[in-house]
Parts: sequence; C-alpha cells; structure tokens
Amino acid sequence: MISEKTITDFVYLEADLLDTMQWQAWLDLFHPEGRYWMPLEWQQQDPVLQPSLMYEDLLLMKVRIERLAGERTFSQKPKSRCHHLLQAPQIVACDPAAGIFKARTSFIYTETRGDTLERFSGWASHDLVQVGDDLKIRLKRIDLVNFDAPFGNIQLFM
Amino acid sequence: MVKYGKNPRAIGGLVRDAEVHRDVYVDPEIFDLEMEHLFPNSWIYVGHASQLAKAGDFITANIGRQPVVASRHTDGSIHLFYNRCPHKGVKIASEPCGNTGKFFRCPYHAWSFKTDGSLLAIPLKKGYEGTGFTDTKANDGLSRIRNVVVYRDFIFARLSETGVGFEDYFGESLSTIDNMVDRSPEGKLAVVATPIRYMHTCNWKMLVENQTDTCHPMVAHESSAGTAIKVWQREQGDSKETPMAVQLYGPFMSPYEFYEQSGIRIWPNGHGHTGVANSIHSNYSDIEGYLGQMVAAYGEKRAHEILGEVRHNTVYFPNIMVKGAVQILRNFIPIAVDRTLVESWVYRLVGAPDKLYERALMYNRFINAPTSIVGHDDLEMYERAQEGLKTNGNQWVNLRRLYESGEEADVTAVINGTSERQMRNQFHAWAKFMTMDMVEPVEAAE
Repeated sequence: MISEKTITDFVYLEADLLDTMQWQAWLDLFHPEGRYWMPLEWQQQDPVLQPSLMYEDLLLMKVRIERLAGERTFSQKPKSRCHHLLQAPQIVACDPAAGIFKARTSFIYTETRGDTLERFSGWASHDLVQVGDDLKIRLKRIDLVNFDAPFGNIQLFM
Repeated sequence: MVKYGKNPRAIGGLVRDAEVHRDVYVDPEIFDLEMEHLFPNSWIYVGHASQLAKAGDFITANIGRQPVVASRHTDGSIHLFYNRCPHKGVKIASEPCGNTGKFFRCPYHAWSFKTDGSLLAIPLKKGYEGTGFTDTKANDGLSRIRNVVVYRDFIFARLSETGVGFEDYFGESLSTIDNMVDRSPEGKLAVVATPIRYMHTCNWKMLVENQTDTCHPMVAHESSAGTAIKVWQREQGDSKETPMAVQLYGPFMSPYEFYEQSGIRIWPNGHGHTGVANSIHSNYSDIEGYLGQMVAAYGEKRAHEILGEVRHNTVYFPNIMVKGAVQILRNFIPIAVDRTLVESWVYRLVGAPDKLYERALMYNRFINAPTSIVGHDDLEMYERAQEGLKTNGNQWVNLRRLYESGEEADVTAVINGTSERQMRNQFHAWAKFMTMDMVEPVEAAE
C-alpha cells in the first residue's frame, strides 16, 4: 500500500540517485511515457506551445546521459557533479484508489564543474503513478525561482 | 594603457586579409571602442513590432551598452528613445516589456512624457520659469533616436546621426527576413513568448562567427548530435517515423561534403548566410495542412518558391542571426569583452498550424538553451578560445580556409560552403564600422 511516506522516500531516493550519478537506476524510476520538464514561464501550463528550458522524454534523457560519458564530450572534461538539498516534500495528493500521487518539494540545487559552482533554487513537482508495487515518474517538473534569468551551462538534472 | 585610442590605422591593423589579431576578442579597450563606434555606426535589431501591438506598449533593449526604449504612440507610430529621464538620468522603463498607458512617468520626480517622447508635464513647473529651461535638452523630453526603420515588423536602429542608410546597409540580405515572414500564410509573424536567455563567458564575435562555421558541427557536436543518432538507431525498434527531436539533431552530423555543396552567400557590409542550395533544415517532415494554406495564400508556384528556400543561418552584421526556416532570431548582446548574453527568440507564423511553432520552440530549446547539449558543446569551445587567446606564442586567429588572393570585399558572391569567407567578410565590415567616424577611417587609409 502506497503511503505518504512511500512518496517522500521516493523523492529522496530520486535526488540521491542523481547526486550519486546512478543514471540507469534514475532512468528506471520513470514510467515509459514519463517526462522531465523545466518551464520557462511563471505557472506555465503548456510544455509544447510555450517555451521551456527542457521537456524531455526517455529517449532524450538517454541521449543526455550517454553524452555525459562520451569520449568526445569536451564540456564534461572535467566532469560536472551535483548536489540536491531538499526540504521535506509536501504531499499534494496520495490517493491509491484513484492512482494519484503528487508531491512538491522546495530545493536548492548545486552544480559544479572544475572551479565553478552554480546554485539554483526552486520547486520540484513529482507526478507519480503506481506500476505493480512501485511508483514511477509520470512527470518531474522543475520550476526555478528565476526561470527567466540568463544562466550559463546547466548540464545535469535538477 | 591605451593601445588603440581613436587610431584607425592601429585598429585596421588588427584585421589582415585572412587573419585577425586576438585583441579583437580579448582586449577590453577594443570592446570599449566597439561600444563607442561599431554599435552606434551599425544598424542594430531592437525588437519586433508585434511586441508593440497596442498604443502605450513598450519594450526595452540595449544598443551596445546604451539602454533604449521603443514605444507605440497613440497614432500607431513606433518611436525609439534613450531610456533615461532628461532630468536626473533615471531609466523610465525598467521591465523588458509592458504597457505604460497614455504616458511614461518617471518614478523619481514624476516628470511625464507622451509615448512619442515629448515632454508632457513637470510638477511645480513654474519653478522652471525664467530659468532658461526651455533652452535645455530636457525641454525636448526623452532623447530620440531618429534613425529607426521598421522592416516587415523588424525594428532596427542606428544611433549615429550620420552613416550608411538602412537599404544600403542591408541590401539583398533582407531576403532572409522576407522569406521568414512569407512563410506565414498571412505574411505576418508574432512574438508571443519570452526568449531563451543563455549567458556566455566569451566575446560576442565568437558566437557570430560560429553561425557560418560549417566545419565544426560534425566535430564539436559529435557528442550531442552523434549520440542522439546512436541512441535512436539502437532504440527505434519497429518505429517507421523518425521523431521530430531526431530530425532536428541528426543533420548536425552531416559530412563535410554536404556543407561544401550547400554553399555560402556573402553580401556587402558583413552579412552572409550558409545553406544556399539546401541546408540542415531541408528534410524536416511536412506538417499537415500547411502547404495547402500556403498554396491558397500565394498560389502554387510562389508557395513552393518560399518553402523551397531553406537557408541555414543568416548573419546580419554585427550581432544577430536569423533562421527563416525555423523562425528563430538569435541576438548576441555584448556585455563585456568576455561576456555575451544570447537571447534566442521564436516567432510564430501567424495563421500556420501549431505544429510549426511547436517545432521552432523545440529547436530553440535543443540548440539555444543553457540546458541544451548542443549549446554545451559550443560554449565549451568559446570558453577555451577565450582562455587560449591569452597566450602570446601566436597572436593571430587563422581565417584562411578557401582564401583566394585578391578577394574583393563588400561584394555579393556564392561560394563553397566550407569557406571561411563570411568570417573574413564580417571582419572587413568590423574594421569599416569601427573606424568610419574616426578622422581617417580604414577604407580611406587603404
């Protein structure tokens, strides 16, 4: 039975897999139709007909991850690393009967490469579905507090 | 230490026939001179008239490092001013865009100005009576920029009072903007969203040069486009249709031969484009209903002419690039000698199917975003160049690919698509517009 704690644990695990770069295990958390979305507008509704920083399906996420390890991926020489600092997830929905599980988590994200270090603040929204005994990500949405600011490279996943 | 001052010979000496001195990318004094001379002497893109749909609408921008504001006046005309109150210099508009109503009101002392820039009112105006105020610049209201041209809704301005006129400056290069606008069945584009913004720690000219550099994609983007192809080949299974994403990434890996035959066209004053015969945008899937709309609007022959012109990147000197086939404009905004803000705008083809806008937005986030893997490839190269150019071992950047001695400047020509001639063309224009308002401009000195 999926409880609120199951959702919270899932959110922590997901961030931990990113921080420890266990990419395959991270991808395995996604539903086959799952999406990773970083909107570019305040309270954005449409990922397709409004501009986004990222709106990726599993194919695109795999490309991004395989690229990180590529012999000729010069922007990863040296490699990037990341750190997620999460507030306790707020459970937005936990309805096993309807199959709806949603959480919203405030975060500070750090991405570093070589001597540079960049910090980002925002909210991660998890839209989860139950597949067998497990939860899978239908949508992970990242709303940065300064979504429209001009950033330098963001090479990993928030 | 002042190395270049206002000395056109010293500045001209940085640009040889097929080489440029590294100071054009790394010397802060050269950057200051660009802001003082090159940008004011050139026609700079300010914004799009669709961003000023109603009276009172305004947008703000920078020309070089000077803030400007464009507004739509009550009579429908578009005006451009320096963005400062004539009183104490406070910017009268601080947001990227908005609607100011019937007038601009300075937030500091409530001086107000009509949307054509003229002075409307000053509180306690009688305090200025008999002070000679009417003879000051402040009495004229917001300082206007007179050389403004709205070409098919694209707003360009030249800050210098004197210089090359708009038609002479752009000439036939405007055909790329024409093609982009004509791709709308209604002959109209609209900006309906904010641009993607991406900060680059490199000189702005590296970005401009890269737009017509056709020998880098298969090398620098092997990591991104090459991986996209590899993953798709592995994962496609029985799928017959190549997804839009793979259609957009894939052509970056086209071989040298593809770019050689696709050609480059150069125009006077530093403008030019890749993809003359065809381009990486040629083989995208047809979008249902679009051709029918175009034929209905333009007739069979003209519709095919418009859609058959699939230019790759058109550089409008000095600092924008337009992609007509995917309705994108990239604005390379200089911030400092080693810092450039890139704003990538997508235009919606008014009256065309949503799918075209979806594809343009997708292209923009795949290629032009701070989260773009193609962008990561490029920025890494620019950053390494910005660092590498500090070395003294060799102070020249080599632009000699397919150089022919006696190459004429300021001409129109179609050449092999792997030539670096468009970069040479840009630097010829660079020396010209840097020095044209100095005592002995480079052209005259030759």
